[in-house]
Amino acid sequence: MKHFDVVIIGGGPAGMAAAIGAREQGASVAILERDVRLGGILNQCIHNGFGLHYFGEELTGPEYAERFRKKVLSDSGIKVYLEAMVLSLTEDRVVTAVSPTEGLIELSAGSVVLAMGCRERSAGAIGLIGTRPAGIYTAGMAQRLSNVDGFLVGKEVVILGSGDIGLIMARRMTSEGAKVKLVMELMPFSSGLKRNIVQCLQDYDIPLRYSTTVTRVTGKERLTGVYVAPVDDKLQPILEKEEYISCDTLLLSVGLIPENDLIAGSAIEMSRITSGAVVDEYRQTSVPGIFSAGNVLHVHDLVDNVSEEAYVAGTAAAKYARGAIEDTPCMQVTTGTGVRYALPQRIHKGEGTVRLYFRVDKVYRGMTVTARSEGVLLKKKKTMVLAPGEMQYIEIDKSLVMGDVCVALEE
Amino acid sequence: MDTTCIMCPMGCALTITEENGVVTVTGNTCPRGAKYGVSEYTDPKRMVTTLVKVRGGGVLSVKTSAPIRKTLVPAALKAAAGVLLDHSVHAGDVVLADVAGSGEDLIATADLVYTEK
Amino acid sequence: MNVYDVIVIGGGVVGTAVLRSLSAYHSKVLLLEKSSDVACGSSRANSGIVHAGYDAETGTKKAYFNVKGAAMYPSLTAELDVPYKKVGSLVAARKDGLPALTVLRDRGIANGVDVRIIERDEILALEPNIADDIVYALYAPEAGIVSPYQLTIAQADHAVVNGAEVRLEEKVIAIDKTQGGFVVRTEKGEYSARYVVNAAGAGGAEVNALVGEEAYVETHAVGDYFILDRKESGVVRTVVFPLPDERGKGILVAPTADGNVILGPTSRKVPHEQAEENAVTAAGLQYVREGVARLMKNVNVRSAIRVYAGTRTAIGSDFIIEESEKVEGFYMILGICSPGLTSAPAIGECVAEEIATKLTLAKKDSMLPLPASFRFREATPKEIALKAQEDPAFGRIVCRCEKVTEGEIVRAVHSPVPARTVDAVKRRVRAGMGRCQGGFCQPRVMEILSRELGIPMTSVRKGDAGSEIAPYEVKDGYETL
Repeated sequence: MKHFDVVIIGGGPAGMAAAIGAREQGASVAILERDVRLGGILNQCIHNGFGLHYFGEELTGPEYAERFRKKVLSDSGIKVYLEAMVLSLTEDRVVTAVSPTEGLIELSAGSVVLAMGCRERSAGAIGLIGTRPAGIYTAGMAQRLSNVDGFLVGKEVVILGSGDIGLIMARRMTSEGAKVKLVMELMPFSSGLKRNIVQCLQDYDIPLRYSTTVTRVTGKERLTGVYVAPVDDKLQPILEKEEYISCDTLLLSVGLIPENDLIAGSAIEMSRITSGAVVDEYRQTSVPGIFSAGNVLHVHDLVDNVSEEAYVAGTAAAKYARGAIEDTPCMQVTTGTGVRYALPQRIHKGEGTVRLYFRVDKVYRGMTVTARSEGVLLKKKKTMVLAPGEMQYIEIDKSLVMGDVCVALEE
Repeated sequence: MDTTCIMCPMGCALTITEENGVVTVTGNTCPRGAKYGVSEYTDPKRMVTTLVKVRGGGVLSVKTSAPIRKTLVPAALKAAAGVLLDHSVHAGDVVLADVAGSGEDLIATADLVYTEK
Repeated sequence: MNVYDVIVIGGGVVGTAVLRSLSAYHSKVLLLEKSSDVACGSSRANSGIVHAGYDAETGTKKAYFNVKGAAMYPSLTAELDVPYKKVGSLVAARKDGLPALTVLRDRGIANGVDVRIIERDEILALEPNIADDIVYALYAPEAGIVSPYQLTIAQADHAVVNGAEVRLEEKVIAIDKTQGGFVVRTEKGEYSARYVVNAAGAGGAEVNALVGEEAYVETHAVGDYFILDRKESGVVRTVVFPLPDERGKGILVAPTADGNVILGPTSRKVPHEQAEENAVTAAGLQYVREGVARLMKNVNVRSAIRVYAGTRTAIGSDFIIEESEKVEGFYMILGICSPGLTSAPAIGECVAEEIATKLTLAKKDSMLPLPASFRFREATPKEIALKAQEDPAFGRIVCRCEKVTEGEIVRAVHSPVPARTVDAVKRRVRAGMGRCQGGFCQPRVMEILSRELGIPMTSVRKGDAGSEIAPYEVKDGYETL
């Protein structure tokens, strides 16, 4: 069995940044990537808008990935296994994987970083009503078929969900000559970025209807159309207002789910809100030596944040592997009014600053974000607008923390 | 002209008017919004990211070297559709110079190793 | 023209059972299926239950073939390497349900089935999540679960290995009676046979009409189902039914042979023209949710990975399994609704034997076995290491959720009844049947189909003609801008 200080599961943006963080600490690193190349989902995100925070310039997905890939592949201290699917991970950090070139791979690890990313919610998961023809795809699948393989799934398109992938695909399909007839969103607000709503929909006169959903799909072999209806405040469709739209394609952009199948049933404590692990500020899970970062931990809206988070995890994982992380007592990070979750969920007593990332539960205007410990205000931040689609953070000074920390919105 | 400001998640509804050569933005809450409104009115620009086909099958991702005039986007997409690559390129290489007369080039955003099929 | 001893029309679990049993004789047999794969009708979307046999009225064909078929399952599924588990079944009843249970028990005993009524403590030991007010249950330890489409496919494959032919996408459009037999015409060709077996399921009455046999009045009942994520598999251990009513056996909760949980079905009557549409309705799903809640606790319907509908076609109250009196050599197997899946192997054996006797076909000494399968998800690390070394494609995982390798998919494409569509691959190896429902692997499966079949990506289909998944190349439509 080969040993590495840090074994990273997943070679997307999170895995690559974690590898770089770990290498800077001098650790020996292995990345297990299930695809034929590093880069993960960035390889199919050919649009621009990546890297403004991290690199200070706007890059396309492939370009952003390439910057990390170059660094990773040119570092002889990182062993990259491609087409390597991890089958199991034990609590004492033995990783078993399989790849066509290596066969069965067994690695022992000083520490492990989980960086498996996320998957899209499927038609089955949302209980789509009607027939089961061809023509219904997750937006990401259509994106892959188009941007990697060069094939277009259809010509008359309706999109359910206004997540960023859905918005991006509306423009992508339009610029391939398809007609995008409607984008609809179940909620009264979009989880997508404003910029994407303007540049992917408004630029092309694609209508966006909020509080609307698909009530039924029709067609035997190929989709022939969808029924859509507005929803009431309990999100139930108002069927009297049902309307038929003929189309050959329905794209779903209805949510992303961290891909934590590998650790299902393990001792790692999970968050029911994020569907990822519960972590401390080093992104260490409840099982010592196992770290988690990127979309497998919680779904991000900006890859820049993924890179940053994974770098932190990779750095800490390397330190853990050489026994350089002190196990100091932890305080819980909880949430108050308006905050859906905050991450990390616990922080160690000590010195220095820590950023508490959080998402709000709906759109708020003119609120103040506060972080309090035992009622004492640690930090506050006035905001103009907060939306669920945009992850925010509040930075606190650890030395001020007396007990549990609560992140909340206040008037 | 009406548009939505994209400078922050606020998404202010902007109304832009012109009188005697003076462009006025209303509906914004901050100066960034005003600036954005003026540029959207006078000279809106967009990056174009798309694909070009490769002879024998496959595609390569490309982008304009800088944002181009919004009105030129359809012509740029059409020009990209006319490309059929038959040689290897590196990310950053020009795939089509001065696309649609925009003054900007269409450049590769990934490497392509071309093999004759 | 191709001349056969027997032509079977319809590639469902019944038609393939007949074909397989016929291939045990020295015979030339052909199966014609209108869809792009076998198991595309009722055999694709049903509960997958091997019923013990207490439901059907004593003395009916249903009762006879149910009990006989159920007994064949353990050895048949072992021989064909099809997922099957004898998990037992419970018919759960409240305080006032004892008389009805007693009727079922007595019928079961009359049918020769091992059944007994158990009370709350014993029920709880079997099903810890049973609803609080369930106090009696009819326990049938012999009931089981099976993958219905895998069984259908395996029967067809086994028949082909033993010399039978299966032709897909050949809808029968005419049958002419000739001296000593029939000429069966499809859009693609003409085939003659001494015997024709109508096992066309929902299309059975139409096929009957082609030879002037009675166009029976069929009733089509659509059932809505949920399939839950594997992670919910612990919630139910046996097949749990409510007390049956006039509409059928009611909403059941059961494990599936592949490790998921199945909830359903409803029983919505639909007109003939909608019989093969299989559209899920919101009301149907709601009915299932409510039915499940009355039966079991802690069933997390929100963890559904798929909802779908399937159709059962019935004619009258019993199966029709007989040779036509009007048209000699025309055999009808119609109205095979529940317990049709359970009965199918026994029906196949019985019909094949009858026809073989009439045609004086000699039985072969033995049948050739199916080629050994390899299922990555069931293999030990040692087996995986060995297999991947032998062929790297078996070390290349394509479907992450169900752990299906490229090697398995390639094999499915070249299996005796070849998988030619994404759905056909899915039914054979489960690629795309997991929690992401093909979100990641479908493009890869398409590439493999394209490569192995030598067809362009734009021609790769989900199922039948017209279901191309990505019908255009990018840039095809830029001029419409």
